[in-house]
Amino acid sequence: MENDTIISVRGLRTQFGVNVIHDDLDLDVRRGEVLGVVGGSGTGKSVLLRTIIGLNKASAGSIQVFGDNVTEMSDREQRAMQQRWGVLFQDGALFSSLTVAQNIEVPLKEHTQLRKEVINELACVKVDIVGLPPDAANKYPSELSGGMRKRAGLARSLALDPELVFLDEPTAGLDPIGAAAFDNLIRDLQQSLNLTVFMVTHDLDSLAAICDRIAVLIDKKIVVDTMENLMQLNHPWIQEYFHGPRARAALKR
Amino acid sequence: MAAAAGWFKTRTFGDRFIIEAGGRWNVQTVEAIEGKLRGIGAEARASAASGPALIDVAGLDALDAAGAWLITRTRLGLAAVGMDAAVEGAKPSHGALLERVEKALAHEELPPQVDHIFLRFVSAVGKAQFDVFVLARSLLSFFGLVLIVFGRVMLRPGQLRLTATVYRMQSVGLNALPIVGLLSFLIGVVVAFQGADQLAQFGAEIFTVNLLGVSILRELGVLLTAILIAGRSGSAFTAQIGTMKVNQEIDALETIGLDPIEVLVIPRIIALMIMLPVLVFYADLMGLLGGMVMATTVLDISLNTFLKQLQSGVNLTTFAVGMVKAPVFAFLIALVGCFEGFNVSGSAESVGQKTTASVVEGIFLVIVFDAAFSILFSILGI
Repeated sequence: MENDTIISVRGLRTQFGVNVIHDDLDLDVRRGEVLGVVGGSGTGKSVLLRTIIGLNKASAGSIQVFGDNVTEMSDREQRAMQQRWGVLFQDGALFSSLTVAQNIEVPLKEHTQLRKEVINELACVKVDIVGLPPDAANKYPSELSGGMRKRAGLARSLALDPELVFLDEPTAGLDPIGAAAFDNLIRDLQQSLNLTVFMVTHDLDSLAAICDRIAVLIDKKIVVDTMENLMQLNHPWIQEYFHGPRARAALKR
Repeated sequence: MAAAAGWFKTRTFGDRFIIEAGGRWNVQTVEAIEGKLRGIGAEARASAASGPALIDVAGLDALDAAGAWLITRTRLGLAAVGMDAAVEGAKPSHGALLERVEKALAHEELPPQVDHIFLRFVSAVGKAQFDVFVLARSLLSFFGLVLIVFGRVMLRPGQLRLTATVYRMQSVGLNALPIVGLLSFLIGVVVAFQGADQLAQFGAEIFTVNLLGVSILRELGVLLTAILIAGRSGSAFTAQIGTMKVNQEIDALETIGLDPIEVLVIPRIIALMIMLPVLVFYADLMGLLGGMVMATTVLDISLNTFLKQLQSGVNLTTFAVGMVKAPVFAFLIALVGCFEGFNVSGSAESVGQKTTASVVEGIFLVIVFDAAFSILFSILGI
């Protein structure tokens, strides 16, 4: 069972002040799948992601990642855990004072004892893996386009060859061609690097193209299923989401 | 002109009061019509008409949302004085607009809840007071957090980010030399001149040198440098860390497993604690130099006399009293600068606000601690 389930959330409750975001939320993410998390604005998609990776404190409930409870970890255990996953924030969140290559080298320098030359080589490999041209390695984030910044951010999140990556709206703000290319990139990487992907998104094209299962945040809880099954559900928000004009256009392809 | 402006005419036809609208009723012309339409309710009542009123809009050349609003408001105004009114003759495109605006105005307006001005004043004062305590408490807890990490780094110096520290030392120290030097030199000139002006009345012009030496070395050198650095580097720290916060770089640091305090705060604090004393020493020298230039050129005190008098007027303690404050001020400025940086939330606006707050709080704390030092030294008799 443990081999099959990579993230297991039970009875999660998160709240800010009196504002309850999630209440008694359960979620399982299986090894090797691409899970898309959707939900209306303010339903706490990004909050869920931030809670699982430890940037938010959960008020109640347990979060197990790789079979260990994240909520009860010491700092040292958490650091070890962080090496096994990568996170891509919305606009890449690259360190603006460092070049792309240096950004990718940060986790390598921090968590490994590799020699400098090896780290340099590895950074170049990652730059190539995410489809950036080699000369992008020595550019600063401000010199890159939005799409390239996201690719560079992805390269940094893959620096330590994690088993699990969290993506926060990876295709938001990209043009349709760039978004489709990024979708393909995620799919390719997921297959070649054997990744599990936890992806918060609004992009119906991404959902249709690359997600194995979809988690819908409604009423402070989560419903997970394949797209076909979700479309049969009789919840007003789900109906509107998957049967709206945009959804129909995305699903036709 | 006639075609461009909007107009209306009123007349009574049988028992009906008729308002005939024409021309262009749009956002440019509405202002002129609105004033004239204000008295329409009274005019309608004063007329002989007793039946429902009619607003005839067939003659309109142009109508936009502002014009439609005015027509609807006129209709509602007539209804309010007891005269039902109908809008008639609208062109199809105007009709749709009128309907839409009518729907928007149909929402009942809730009167905004306004507290009494006295109540608002008192609650604003109370909130400001409370906010100060909240700020002080969170600054104190940040101080504690920094101390813990500071201790950890001191125990294991391998954790210190040497490159970052040296880089900060250059930007806060070396790069500040010209402005600190110039400012101190000018302050030396001013103190020497003002002192001589007053002391000359007692024939004690020579004591200008003592005044200069003591005031620069004990107080002015360190205080002015600290204030300058609070404005120059404290604000820079806040803006740098704040922008990283907005850009989610701080989150990224944490998910990579790096401690933002260790990576961002400790190098800045150490760099400033090393460089501020150096800058103060430099400021002391430049201040004395400024005073010396003033004394020897304008005040007829020879260089020899100046140096002799300075030697007798100040001693190592005078110098040390100034210097000992420098690392403390440096710590305060860097702490507040970083603290406010982490307080930035979400927007570019917030970066600006916190940067201002960081400079104000930094200078405030520097002066408060300077006063505390003065009291301490006077108790110790130094």
